[in-house]
Amino acid sequence: MQKATFSIRRGGRETAEMVDYQTEVTEGMVVLDAVHQIQAESAPDLACRWNCKAGKCGSCSAEINGMPKLMCMTRLDTIPLDQPVTIEPMRAFPPVKDLIADVSWNYEVKKRIKKFTPRKPDAEDGTWRMLQEDIDRVQEFRKCIECFLCQDVCHVLRDHEKHQEFIGPRFLVYTAALEMHPLDTEDRTEDLKDLFGIGYCNITKCCTKVCPENITITDNAIIPLKERVVDEHYDPVMKLVKLFRKK
Amino acid sequence: MTDYTTYEHDVLVIGAGGAGLRAAIEASAAGVSVGLVCKSLLGKAHTVMAEGGMAAAMGHNDDRDNWKVHFSDTMRGGQYINNWRMAELHAKEAPDRVRELEGWGAVFDRTKDGRINQRNFGGHRYPRLAHVGDRTGLELIRTLQDHGIHQGIEVYMEVTVLSLLKDGDRVVGCLAYEREHGRFRIFKAKAVVLATGGIGRAYKITSNSWEGTGDGHALAYDAGAELIDMEFIQFHPTGMVWPPSVRGILVTEGVRGEGGVLKNSEGRRFMFDDIPDNYKDQTASDPEEGWRYTQGDKSANRPPELLTRDHVARCINREVKAGRGSPHGGVFLDIAWIKEKLPDAAEHIKKKLPSMYHQFKQLANLDITTTPMEVGPTTHYVMGGIRVNADTQESTVPGLFAAGECAAGINGANRLGGNSLSDLIVFGKRAGEYAAIFAKENGHGTINKKDLDRVTKTALEPFGREGGENPYTIQQDLQEMMQANVGIVRTHDEIIEALNGLDILRNRSARTFVPGNIDFNPGWHTALDLHNLLIVSEAIARAALERQESRGGHFRDDFPAKDPEFAKFNYSVKKDTDGAMIINKIPIQEMPDYLKQVIEEMG
Repeated sequence: MQKATFSIRRGGRETAEMVDYQTEVTEGMVVLDAVHQIQAESAPDLACRWNCKAGKCGSCSAEINGMPKLMCMTRLDTIPLDQPVTIEPMRAFPPVKDLIADVSWNYEVKKRIKKFTPRKPDAEDGTWRMLQEDIDRVQEFRKCIECFLCQDVCHVLRDHEKHQEFIGPRFLVYTAALEMHPLDTEDRTEDLKDLFGIGYCNITKCCTKVCPENITITDNAIIPLKERVVDEHYDPVMKLVKLFRKK
Repeated sequence: MTDYTTYEHDVLVIGAGGAGLRAAIEASAAGVSVGLVCKSLLGKAHTVMAEGGMAAAMGHNDDRDNWKVHFSDTMRGGQYINNWRMAELHAKEAPDRVRELEGWGAVFDRTKDGRINQRNFGGHRYPRLAHVGDRTGLELIRTLQDHGIHQGIEVYMEVTVLSLLKDGDRVVGCLAYEREHGRFRIFKAKAVVLATGGIGRAYKITSNSWEGTGDGHALAYDAGAELIDMEFIQFHPTGMVWPPSVRGILVTEGVRGEGGVLKNSEGRRFMFDDIPDNYKDQTASDPEEGWRYTQGDKSANRPPELLTRDHVARCINREVKAGRGSPHGGVFLDIAWIKEKLPDAAEHIKKKLPSMYHQFKQLANLDITTTPMEVGPTTHYVMGGIRVNADTQESTVPGLFAAGECAAGINGANRLGGNSLSDLIVFGKRAGEYAAIFAKENGHGTINKKDLDRVTKTALEPFGREGGENPYTIQQDLQEMMQANVGIVRTHDEIIEALNGLDILRNRSARTFVPGNIDFNPGWHTALDLHNLLIVSEAIARAALERQESRGGHFRDDFPAKDPEFAKFNYSVKKDTDGAMIINKIPIQEMPDYLKQVIEEMG
């Protein structure tokens, strides 16, 4: 049987080091299997999060060879095993221990977004009517499993640490799902501009690339929201003037 | 001296899956202060794994559906030992609970006229499952989570409850520890709701996450509550069997609902070979009729692939044992064949079953639109759990309520697919409602310091036993043993072997050693989980030994027939004053006439 080496971050909030572990690799294994095997064999106190092991809960987010990924959906036969596989926690959030990052900020952000506020029911029995084609785009956003990999890879959060001013791709998608919900009556465009920092996003599409649910975060959620903000808050005539001056 | 931080709430909900969140929302809406404790991060509970949908007789796709049909389907599926009052409440209230979710932002798939779309599922006579593709559980939990965060519920994430605390007979709170630093916390509460889910981690092949260790079952048992129906474990017929590292992960029944068929290695569609008598007049007579049913033809009967889960699981077991299995020990589930029927089959499959397409593509490197899947039974759900009052969800211990999978009664011997998600919202709501009422009528109790010290001392012992056993090894041995001896097919001798094995495992679990410190230590967690796993395993084995017949999820090879004598009572287990597990028969109350009539009418 083939053995492979996994170089895993060990340590707490303050100090940490990369520690190498060897374990046997068998057909079909994913990175999370290797971590579990290492826990059972040689490092029972190695901390990692996981729940469903099927890409549905978004708990086991980590950086594998420097790339933000779900450990449960990363097959070992898709990464080179002739050199140590590095596994580290997400870097855009404070480390807690080993592979665990403190993602509590994300839960606080969501509370700041105005809640779903439906229109009056369409029918006398208190129900609504919606057509499938009108909810397709919202359903795409609602596939989000809150793994926060998009938050992790976003340079506004990761490199510039604008956690105070910018809510990040996950919550722009969340806001888009509310704004484009056929039943919702609330308006969040002003918040997008003033509180949520949508202007910080300069459309590098890194978030879209790492999304394990293949949500087209940038094109389908963020850009339409940016357009709404522009339509509502910036004079289109002045914008045209500025555009021509540049030339 | 141990340091305790104390938190105080009127109602404390333990578990933040569908039932726990729904209970917390309801209690909070009643104006009491609510604490919600969860073992993982919020929104990660096993509910996210539920794929097919939630059963509610709204009649959108077939107006012949109503609560009476749902009630009788549930009772038939449960082999008539269900708590009929729970089955009645569930069937009547599920539609309102589903509509309520829409009002909170859930986005269900639509019918052509814009209403909530409903799909076919095993054991349900008409299309009844409100769904969102094959990620309905995620939609449910996210909707409740997002609705709940504006309700002022205090959420304690990554906190594990070690013991319920009592003042006399009554539950008055719990002792827990938070994972990050391993610090102990006291939660004082006037009423406690358990919503901790299932026990799947007692078995080797399971669809359950690390959390499914029977915590609520064991906490309630230790606090003196009764557990009923513990012999009934649901082995979902279709888990992944290949590659080995994904073994047990669920393949939704929705695949069969959309026309997927089961075949053995000889290419035979074996489900037509054995159709139980009580389902004969509702099952398709040939493949053509089955296909029409899955495509919404109201005059057609369902294909045999959509018979109850216990039956399908045993048929698969039979094929594998007879040497007609797939190369990796399962059978074939084929949805790709529908290309013979639909011109755009590949797109259709991706649209209807996106998560399944994704899961097989990524984990097994297999395209389900062209290639059959290999599937086999996996431990999925426990019908048994805490005995509760049907209307209030209160257990036999005052102040202690339970909802969702850790509570029992609604499902009897076997749960219909889709009845779980609706169970969560119907009885989650009721549990929250009545826990709030209890909290308003009762003050806080007194917490006994001695109880706290005893629990924390035991909890910390694994750190001091240099040279003791690795808890992971004990957990794996327990899972192997339960799978082999109290699995899909059981015999007297095997169950006795299991009970002896549990004695040995109990001794071993008292000698675990965990290295490192109390900060976020999964080894320690695993060591502490063993206590709960051993209790539920023993309860399952003891009840399985007593039930000398085959019914629903419980199949005895030495008693393969159903015995009407055993339809007269449920088995309950309870902790005796000397700490031993005792088993009792609880007579089933006679059904009132109006419900008897419903069963008769519906056939």
